[in-house]
Amino acid sequence: MKQFLSFIKKEFYHVFRDKKTLLMLFGLPIIEIVLFGFALTNEIKNSKIVVCDYSQDEASQLLTQKIESNYNFTVEKNLLSHNEIENSFKQGDIKLAIVFPSNFQQSLFHENIAQIQIIADASDPNTAYTLTNYMKQIILDYQRSILPKGAIPMQIQSEMKMLYNPELKASINFVPGVMALILTLICVMMTSVSIVREKELGTMEILLVSPSNPIMIIIAKAIPYLVVSIINLIIILLLSVFLLDMPIHGSIILLFAESILLIITALSLGLLISNSTANQQSAMLISLMGMLLPTMMFTGFMFPIENMPIPLQVISNLVPAKWYYTIVKSIMVQGLGFAAIWKETLVLIGMTVFLLTVSIKKFKIRLS
Amino acid sequence: MKDVVLQNIVKTYGTDESCAVDNVSFSVEKGELFGLIGPDGAGKTSIFRMLTTLLLPNSGSAQVCGYDIVKDYTSIRNIVGYMPGKFSLYQDLTIEENLSFFATIFNTTIKENYNLIRDIYEQIEPFKDRRAGNLSGGMKQKLALCCALIHKPEVLFLDEPTTGVDAVSRKEFWEMLARLKKEGITILVSTPYMDEASLCENIALIQSGKILDINTPSGIISSYPNQLYAVKATHMSRLLHDLQSFTNTNSCFSFGEFHHISLQEDSEKQIQTLHSYLQQAKHTNIQIQAIVPSIEDCFIERMRNE
Repeated sequence: MKQFLSFIKKEFYHVFRDKKTLLMLFGLPIIEIVLFGFALTNEIKNSKIVVCDYSQDEASQLLTQKIESNYNFTVEKNLLSHNEIENSFKQGDIKLAIVFPSNFQQSLFHENIAQIQIIADASDPNTAYTLTNYMKQIILDYQRSILPKGAIPMQIQSEMKMLYNPELKASINFVPGVMALILTLICVMMTSVSIVREKELGTMEILLVSPSNPIMIIIAKAIPYLVVSIINLIIILLLSVFLLDMPIHGSIILLFAESILLIITALSLGLLISNSTANQQSAMLISLMGMLLPTMMFTGFMFPIENMPIPLQVISNLVPAKWYYTIVKSIMVQGLGFAAIWKETLVLIGMTVFLLTVSIKKFKIRLS
Repeated sequence: MKDVVLQNIVKTYGTDESCAVDNVSFSVEKGELFGLIGPDGAGKTSIFRMLTTLLLPNSGSAQVCGYDIVKDYTSIRNIVGYMPGKFSLYQDLTIEENLSFFATIFNTTIKENYNLIRDIYEQIEPFKDRRAGNLSGGMKQKLALCCALIHKPEVLFLDEPTTGVDAVSRKEFWEMLARLKKEGITILVSTPYMDEASLCENIALIQSGKILDINTPSGIISSYPNQLYAVKATHMSRLLHDLQSFTNTNSCFSFGEFHHISLQEDSEKQIQTLHSYLQQAKHTNIQIQAIVPSIEDCFIERMRNE
């Protein structure tokens, strides 16, 4: 036991004396959360548009005001001629242009049909599509408001309700994703480097020629990173609750317990990589290539897994982060209890037991 | 009582046909200071790693303190001290932290065996809060020795402990080994420096995985077959060339500031012939003196005969 404590103390010295790595360990989650929260968002807010109004009558101005009051759009400029439209697309970050033809109101009220042209920048097709839909919705609302009561005999009004995320905030989707990504990446990478470092420096030679037990060496290696990851988890949760207004609906204790389970799974994977590689570079490379891309792709927070071809869906089951992502979403967003996530938990436990057994088995009691 | 015994040990790496260690047998008595002398790549480290149970031999058997190196590896790991050739302590831990870490993993404390390391530790104690990575070569080596000794091992394996260490520290190190020997610890040390060989009780000369000779240093020197002469003149490189083309030369090689030469037919008269031969070749300041061969001379002679 005294041996074990001494090992753990030594590992903590390694972690906390390596200032650069420490900075990365705690800087990475903060940067990721802030980046995903503010910069890399796919929400559409305050898109800049231009209006070219040849009509300048009551109806066109009312509609323009309606557009402007919507939080999705900001009217950047009123153009005098549609010739300027292309120029303003080229110049600035204009997403959409609206053209009212002359005599808009007259056509609308006397001929019962009027035209509006919506021009979108489709270099990003998703954004263009979403924005034109928003715009059509505004125009439809306006149209309904100017209809005399009972003008249309039959009408279906669809009412939409967005469950769990009524404001359609992207953070609800990516915070669990970032948690899964950060925890797996840091744990796998840091532990995979740690045993290999001892091999490279030659200290493993001395450790082997000593009464120390391989299981003790391995577990002592993982403990500091477990602590660092739990601190990271707290940072991520604090940031997402207070900075991104992301609620935690379910039990925090359950969330922590499941997170610790994922951390242990990732640590075991890191140890396995560490035991199977010869130097720090290859350990780093394997854990980066083997973890970063699959975790990003197959967790489901960037690309929905349901849309993938069947073989990729099968592969995604091998990624621990995928199961964890489902668990976190269930707890944080839907507020569900353990009964809803026991299957995913069981999968993670199974993975951990398997990885840990293999890495202890693979631990070499001799050189080469 | 023999503490270390090797019998016909063979070690090859991978599919390599040539042996790193080729049918090596020797034994070391309890409390002996035994030196394994040979150039880089001779197989010294492989032998040490097999004896410390880090590598498995392809064939042959070996025992340390009566324990088999393959079967009883856990017992051996409890009782030997090992100092690898490369500095292998934690660079980001201080001297004291390194020492107490190794004391704990061997289930002991610094206090318990302090008398064993006192002489060595006192020299580095003023720097005990300095990280091992920031120490000089000599201090690193002293720290590594302390860490290898902290659990009072029965056998101490030192793999090239003096490589990359200055002459003064090397001398000090050998003095430390002599003191440790008095404590009754069996010491196996390897070194590429032939001048250190005479400080061991018994030495094995090793080259390309084969043992050339095992004897006491003086035994090895006295078995040198010829009388050796040291020759010096103003133009040393021309001198070497001329000595090699001298008809009566047996062996001739450059050795520090002299050339060492042995003759096929050796007599006072032949030396005079050599002297006049060199004078004819217009050498100046010619010195020829009979010398006692060093271990290195013996090593070169053995290699020539292989």
